[in-house]
Amino acid sequence: MHYALLIYTDPHAQDGDTDEEREAVTAEYMAIREDPRVTGGGHLQPVATASTVRVADGTTLVTDGPFADTKEVIGGYYLLEADDLDAALEIAQRVPAARMGGAVEVRPFVFPPH
Amino acid sequence: MPSRCARSSSRRTDRDLVIDRDPEPALARIFREEWGRVLASLVGYLHDFDLAEDVAQAAFATAAERWPRDGVPDNPAGWLIRTARNDAIDQLRRRRTLRAKLSQLDRPSEVAPMDQELDRQLSGHSIRDERLELLFMCCHPALSQDAQVALTLRAVGGLSTQEIAACFLVAPEAMKRRLSRAKQKITGAAIPFRVPPDHLLPERLGVVLAVIYLVYNQGYAGRVDLATEAIRLGRILLALMPDEREVSGLLALMLAHDARRAARSDGDELVLLQDQDRSLWDAAQLAEARALADRAITGRGPYALQAAIAVLQTDAPVDWPQVAGLYAELADLTGSPVVQLNRAVAVAQAGRPQDALDLVDSLDRDRLDGYQYLHSTRAELLSRLDRRQEAQAAYARALELARDDRERRFLRRRLEELHGSQS
Repeated sequence: MHYALLIYTDPHAQDGDTDEEREAVTAEYMAIREDPRVTGGGHLQPVATASTVRVADGTTLVTDGPFADTKEVIGGYYLLEADDLDAALEIAQRVPAARMGGAVEVRPFVFPPH
Repeated sequence: MPSRCARSSSRRTDRDLVIDRDPEPALARIFREEWGRVLASLVGYLHDFDLAEDVAQAAFATAAERWPRDGVPDNPAGWLIRTARNDAIDQLRRRRTLRAKLSQLDRPSEVAPMDQELDRQLSGHSIRDERLELLFMCCHPALSQDAQVALTLRAVGGLSTQEIAACFLVAPEAMKRRLSRAKQKITGAAIPFRVPPDHLLPERLGVVLAVIYLVYNQGYAGRVDLATEAIRLGRILLALMPDEREVSGLLALMLAHDARRAARSDGDELVLLQDQDRSLWDAAQLAEARALADRAITGRGPYALQAAIAVLQTDAPVDWPQVAGLYAELADLTGSPVVQLNRAVAVAQAGRPQDALDLVDSLDRDRLDGYQYLHSTRAELLSRLDRRQEAQAAYARALELARDDRERRFLRRRLEELHGSQS
């Protein structure tokens, strides 16, 4: 079964952190990437760089910012192949954002991602 | 057979359970007892909840037609499972043929081994009881609690969609959608059909116990049939996990409360525990609760503690200091203000009303202001301490919050008594 872990982060979660603390968190993200079940992933730039596109009646509307105006924003994702939901949940709970004011959404794929 | 929630024969959906049709009482009983086991075996085998349910229903329908004529087979569950499996294999073969004709999407390798597997298993006669796997799947924490409850009653309890809808005062169509969404998530997200490994078991068992207790409490609140159903589920779970002390604890707790059912109300009026007519208690059921509670208490888990309390409260006289001690332990374990309130009542009963009031007043009054029992408990304690005006104010606040008619009448009586004793 293929899943995406969509990582919602609190952009201010690490505001007061030292460089060492930041590196430790980054190392955790890297370690998850090393799990053999994790087949892909990516870290996104801050939400300030986001643009949102809508097309209505043939007219394209581009707005500055993310789709949903919420405190938590998508900061990255993992792709994984796991036996079942329990295995995916086990990886999801190791994602630092989950304990740092954010959350991880676990979504199964319809077809395996390329 | 225990009565179940209102059954209507006029509106029945096409997918509803055949056991609804009650071919005859003996058969209905077999169907009801075997449903969970048959469905569990089929879900484990087919890994497809919907298909399993479809073929199980068809097998029960066939049995309802044939058994009265040909007699009940020696192993009814085995017969039902084999019949349903044959049906499933036919359906899968037809689907495969159809799909092969329609598209190239399916790699044949995915289907061919399945056929062999099906055939191999079909020839075997041993049928493992997989209801525990089914129960843990239905109570997976990734499902909403509403869905967990509905699925458990449907899959393990064998209630029809209509019956469950009637139990929870939901339109049958809405309940059907709820069940169908839940099944879709089970399949779509690959919620596993298994007993969780040791490191997940305590948490997952907690969910199962919570679901059963929730069903029980729906019954306690008036729908007797659900209480009976919860006890039945508790018995099934205990048979499957005889060593789990919290399972014993939950069953003991439900049995102890249920044993006093007939004494809990007099006509429309609530009767407090100390005023109940003990001859109306079910002595055999209480004895069973006591034995289970004794077995459970070594685990000191929350259900075991509640069961011990429920059983102790049926003694005459009640050992209130011991009850208060158990409540203190339960309050530490759960951090629940409701438990703290109950602890205060026990402390008062043990002859220490001032300590009890201190306990109540140590709770977060702002957060609990909307909780009727905070005010009714304070009122009771204040009136015992002869602080009548404060007691009246607290009863009045409880009355504002009370919704249940019987409770409202009870609170009004207390208020009148206080007024009366003042004049």
